[in-house]
Amino acid sequence: MGIIRTENLTYVYGEGTPFRKVALDNINLDIDEGEIVGIIGRTGSGKSTLIQHFNGLLKPASGSVFIDGEELFKDKSRLKDIRFKVGLVFQYPEYQLFEETVYKDIAFGPRNMGLSEEEIDRRVRETARLVGLEESHMEKSPFELSGGQKRRAAIAGVMAMEPKVLILDEPTAGLDPRGRDMILGLIKEYHAEKGTTVLLVSHSMEDVARTVSKILVMNNSKVFMYSDRSSVFAKSAELTEMGLTVPQVTRVFDRLRAAGIEFDDEVFSVEYARNLVLRLLSERGRKE
Amino acid sequence: MIKDITIGQFFPGKSIVHRLDPRIKLLITVLYIVMLFVADGLAGLGVGVVFMLLAFLLSKIPFKLMLKSIKPLVPIILFTGILNLFFISSGTPVVEWHFIKITDQGIKTMIFMALRIILLICGTSLLTYTTSPITLTDAIERILSPLKIIKFPAHEIAMMMTIALRFIPTLIEETDKIMSAQKARGADMESGNVFHRAKALIPILIPLFVSAFRRAEELALAMECRCYHGGEGRTRLKQLKTAPRDYIAVAATVLFLAAVIALNRLLAS
Repeated sequence: MGIIRTENLTYVYGEGTPFRKVALDNINLDIDEGEIVGIIGRTGSGKSTLIQHFNGLLKPASGSVFIDGEELFKDKSRLKDIRFKVGLVFQYPEYQLFEETVYKDIAFGPRNMGLSEEEIDRRVRETARLVGLEESHMEKSPFELSGGQKRRAAIAGVMAMEPKVLILDEPTAGLDPRGRDMILGLIKEYHAEKGTTVLLVSHSMEDVARTVSKILVMNNSKVFMYSDRSSVFAKSAELTEMGLTVPQVTRVFDRLRAAGIEFDDEVFSVEYARNLVLRLLSERGRKE
Repeated sequence: MIKDITIGQFFPGKSIVHRLDPRIKLLITVLYIVMLFVADGLAGLGVGVVFMLLAFLLSKIPFKLMLKSIKPLVPIILFTGILNLFFISSGTPVVEWHFIKITDQGIKTMIFMALRIILLICGTSLLTYTTSPITLTDAIERILSPLKIIKFPAHEIAMMMTIALRFIPTLIEETDKIMSAQKARGADMESGNVFHRAKALIPILIPLFVSAFRRAEELALAMECRCYHGGEGRTRLKQLKTAPRDYIAVAATVLFLAAVIALNRLLAS
């Protein structure tokens, strides 16, 4: 059994009112530990509702959620402990910063866990280093930081709780390309270093394609598919129909293949594409 | 959840009550309140009941909604009723037991007071049910505008009310989001004593204030970009215009008020 498992999970907004809407429709999922998963879908497809179930912020209308083998909402007193296992970074997390200093803000989560001062200090410094915040930032007010730094400080606040599962909802929203690369880079680095399960919610296929290994596609409150990258992108026609796209480079290389150029690789990132093109060109040069 | 709170109980519709000019509706509501306070007997209030029912039927508001508006005030109605029942000692006693003495006068006053409060609530609820908050502030602006002569900032006050009303749902949503985010970081808002809970509000209030100021700044900028410079020379998309039905409505209300006064006189003599 995986670290996150759902059984017939259904959630309904506004039950009993004219605004009733099924947000999640019979979701069955099993996500393995250590996986880095991209959750993708259009606005309103149920992505955000789904992840809020993973740490008990929303209670299923029916069905159940298991975290690390333990059912949520079975025992209310355990909810807080389970919440510490699943770190949730919301959209625009910088809007939740509130402490006087960056250090104190990152320490908020660990302190709520009731850890010792030394342990809190170790975690705060370690995650600050991981997200690329300098020592000089730590005693500043979080409101003095730049936009990208604020975002990283807020993410660090959740990472410092060292959850078994880290979930990020659109962590790159509203950032410039450099900021985006930095955030995605640090998520990958965090995953490599800690080996925790990471769930990355996004509507940008490009972001997801170069970061994750498996993709969960949500459509109309249902799971369309949960599989590895290449099998998801193979369904390019269906994805387009539901308003999603395959990454640009992948499309380019699909067309090249259709045009008769032979290669076996699946292409998801520009860097990879560049190396592939160079290799193909040099092979062709040798042949001639 | 917080999201379920609804503020501004406007119930959209196309009935004649909905279509009345909001200024006239405000005026009628004031006349109606006067009517209720002028009435000094159950007969007078009876006229109020008829007026209320008539307006209510014309508005096509579901009966359930009316009951819902009375519900939160039931304790107050009961409290005033019981006080009147036990503390009025004039009139002929109906029940006498130890120190408890209930008189016919007491029962009469109890019914009278309860009915008056219920009628007050129903009437004012009908106003908010049939008038959107934005139209209501428009009407208030227009009614207050003669006071501009004495430098009373009628337009500014109306604009402030409109903005406040507009941002209530936004801020509720924001609070909900921040609460979820801090809960995910292990913030505990449900347990502990009063001081503990007050302290637990800090992680919610600070981001909320920060975002409210940010929004205010953005809104101010957006308004300036669209050349907003206060009420001077400003025209409006929706002109308030009185139609014959408005005058008929006022005339009817005045007639009812006159009937109440006449009843008072007749019954007094």
